[in-house]
Amino acid sequence: MTRVNDFAFKIATVNGTGSASANGLLMQSIFRMGIPVSGKNVFPSNIQGLPTWYEIRVNKDGYTARVPEFDLIVAMNAATYARDVAELQPGGYLLYDSTWPLPGSLRRPDVHALGIPLARLCNETFEGSRERTLMKNIAYVGALAALIEVDLDTIRQLLEEQFGAKKRALMESNYRAVQLGHDYAKANFECPLPIRLQKMAPPDGLVLIDGNTAAALGCVFAGATVGAWYPITPATSLMDAFRAFCQRFRRDKATGRNRFLVVQAEDELAAAGVVIGAGWAGARAFTPTSGPGISLMSEFIGLAYYAEVPCVFVDVQRTGPSTGMPTRTQQGDLLLTAYASHGDTKHLLLFPSDPNEAFHLAAQAFDLAERFQTPVFVISDLDIGMNDWMVPKLTWDDAYVPDRGKILTAEQLEKMKVFHRYLDADGDGIAARTLPGVHPKGAYFTRGSGHNKLGGYTEDAEEYQEVVDRIARKIAGAVEALPAPLIRRQPGARIGIVSVGGCNGAVIEAVDWLAARGIATDYLRVRAFPFDESVAAFLTEHEHVFVVEQNRDAQLRSLLSLETGVPRDRMIPVLRYSGLPMSRKYVVDDILKHLKGDARVREILAAEHGNGARVEIPA
Amino acid sequence: MTTSIAKPKVHHPDLPINAIGLTRRDYEGSMSTLCAGCGHDSITAAIVRAFFELSIQPHKVAKLSGIGCSSKTPAYFLREAHGFNSVHGRMPSIATGASAARRDLLQIGVSGDGDSLSIGLGQFCHAIRRNVRVLYVLENNGVYGLTKGQFSASADIGSKPKRGEPNRQAPIDPVLLALTLGATFVARSFSGDKEQLVPILKAGILHNGFAFIDMISPCVTFNDHEGSTKSYVYTREHMREVVHADLVPEREEIEVSYAEGSVAEVPMHDGTRVRLHKVAPDYDPTDRDAAYAYIRARQSEGLVATGLLYLGEGPPEMHDNENTVATPLAELPFDQLCPGSAELDRLMEDFR
Repeated sequence: MTRVNDFAFKIATVNGTGSASANGLLMQSIFRMGIPVSGKNVFPSNIQGLPTWYEIRVNKDGYTARVPEFDLIVAMNAATYARDVAELQPGGYLLYDSTWPLPGSLRRPDVHALGIPLARLCNETFEGSRERTLMKNIAYVGALAALIEVDLDTIRQLLEEQFGAKKRALMESNYRAVQLGHDYAKANFECPLPIRLQKMAPPDGLVLIDGNTAAALGCVFAGATVGAWYPITPATSLMDAFRAFCQRFRRDKATGRNRFLVVQAEDELAAAGVVIGAGWAGARAFTPTSGPGISLMSEFIGLAYYAEVPCVFVDVQRTGPSTGMPTRTQQGDLLLTAYASHGDTKHLLLFPSDPNEAFHLAAQAFDLAERFQTPVFVISDLDIGMNDWMVPKLTWDDAYVPDRGKILTAEQLEKMKVFHRYLDADGDGIAARTLPGVHPKGAYFTRGSGHNKLGGYTEDAEEYQEVVDRIARKIAGAVEALPAPLIRRQPGARIGIVSVGGCNGAVIEAVDWLAARGIATDYLRVRAFPFDESVAAFLTEHEHVFVVEQNRDAQLRSLLSLETGVPRDRMIPVLRYSGLPMSRKYVVDDILKHLKGDARVREILAAEHGNGARVEIPA
Repeated sequence: MTTSIAKPKVHHPDLPINAIGLTRRDYEGSMSTLCAGCGHDSITAAIVRAFFELSIQPHKVAKLSGIGCSSKTPAYFLREAHGFNSVHGRMPSIATGASAARRDLLQIGVSGDGDSLSIGLGQFCHAIRRNVRVLYVLENNGVYGLTKGQFSASADIGSKPKRGEPNRQAPIDPVLLALTLGATFVARSFSGDKEQLVPILKAGILHNGFAFIDMISPCVTFNDHEGSTKSYVYTREHMREVVHADLVPEREEIEVSYAEGSVAEVPMHDGTRVRLHKVAPDYDPTDRDAAYAYIRARQSEGLVATGLLYLGEGPPEMHDNENTVATPLAELPFDQLCPGSAELDRLMEDFR
């Protein structure tokens, strides 16, 4: 059965052998062919030697969530042969390096084995062990070009763009490797395979970009000048990108001097301190980090909340607890960030679902932080941050003016009789602030110790409560400025699905899949915390509510219950927390299992079972 | 109820005024709530005098601190300066961030031995490495006061507490540490010696980088008894001034003649010169290694070398090192920061 532009394949290689560039080339070629594509890099916490995988899904309908089943596997790593082959769908294709005989672990009667002597071909063609290893990877791109019809001209074009005129020889040897794989496959197999690609309309208005790059651009465009960080996977590439973009856009042409400053701090505690110090002094400042960093920053986060200092944190979540799995994704920091630090706190969280949103929400975070004088968290994750996503290209509105919030100027201070830092003059819970160095009347003492509305130290019960109550009002008032939940409704839906962040693609696909089978669902995606009123309404107006998220303990469900008062048991958790992104299959399976009493659901389950799908039929 | 007492701002017509028309009163803050006789209050008074004598506009200063008795003191000076009492041991990172945003701010950070040498030791070290512009005053009394007298990391071996066993752990000497880390300005003084202290503070305020002063500042309540090595009596008996600093304003000629080799002059960022008088003839405050060896040698004799102990070469100040523009980053107009939609459109071509 031929399947065009609708399949998934996986490439298993060894970390540090150059496979990343080969896989990137493959992804980008498919993208340029106009075919919706997504890539998931499943990589080890290692520099060289451990197994690594790259999963590519193509889908003509535009679904780009991860699928856990593969139609083709490129098995280039002997160490993982057995498990790689096991993940292949029956009837699938196994591409392996036949320089050596097919090992027993690769034998499976229900799949097609395609052996190409990649190592031998490259050893015969290239000099030097490093080049031979690298080219072996490029050669499998060539083999795939023949087998699934990746457009050769597009591959060549991309190599030319990558290497340019200066590295002509390198370009040619790369292309030679592509041809080696391609020609061998053409000569020895029936090409193309039934799973194949076909050019679609050019991907106008789309880009292939990762969320860390996009979030870094958001910081640049919002005018962040101070960045502080401690290197941590998977947030590192965000600061690398910020620095690179600043070097491109923020160098004074006349003097060559920088309009930005990046501090690589000694730890995350210091990174948070730098950002708070800079925010206090009037710069837009941010720190990219991950869960372990948030744990360390927690004391400072409470200071910024209580002393009301604007600052932006980008939490690129990884699998916890503790060191966990640093190179795997999770949504495990929802509760941690919502109430980070000791005492009563509540923070503004923004949840991008893809790199395009990561760009816009990173930029918006600075406006919110300054307007509400509080820490703001952009809650991304490894999947969004480090994988390339096909998204609408990033655009910027030149009419944008930064919302600096209530900052008193020297002229305003001059006219004032006296300034007090924490007075709620406008009744919105937001007190005007001043910046150091501006005017003698603006001076005040910023402190994390008990303070009254005048800014003075206090241990007085009423004075203390007056300030923390105002801060609570301020945060409650911030809700209307946060991005509202996105709700997709279907007529007559009795099922509601709530989700967050990077689960979005899988949930949308599940919603469509169920709708195609006669099951209507409404879908609400929260984009910020604290939640607005529509969230509570959504939870109560559906007979069945499923909450889809990537952590073990249903953290989003806990937050929903805590903040809306809707009982936890009204919401059925759909959880995956293995470190791999959410898939349509998981969402559908859990929903159908829960609704097994429904006649229509039983029909679907029976039909799917007949198709060989791994859905359990309830007794 | 409040524990912060505003000080009445009374102008006495006979008070001397400085070059910008302010009196010493204009450099004061609220009333101290520390114990009567606390060394820290003497340091506060010296800080007031130093800023007054330098005729600095108070609101151009940021005063920062961590947590502890010492960290309360920024409330007691420069009421027209922004203050930031941060979290325990983390003032250096706040100073780094504030300096990053506003390189034109003069910063003074006040810390203690618990704040800088235990919980915040890492931040202290890295602010030195980064050479952040801040006058960093470590008010060193060897004990935790607010939690009632536990030893700190600067307590000497054998120093006796009011009650209980003498200290048996080796102390961290912040002066030797700062020298090792490449600090460009390292001093030690005593809260009871204003004549030595004020010129060092002034030089530290003008220093373009991290200016470190270890200030022995006896705790009258928990560490001023016999057997303590941080008491008034012990410090007076054992401190040896090896070099005395004073400040020479720009263009002023040297009028007094000094014996050959007894004076070293070091120019500051703004043209002021710091003149270092060698009280100990064999001491060289511009030679890092020699200074380190000399201070160690005095220590082994039970003596505490004081003065502006080192002023010289080191890493560039943070902004010089990072090549940032002269305008404070926080004051850059938005159009100099946002590349705009046309640039973004061009950039997006790289992601196709």
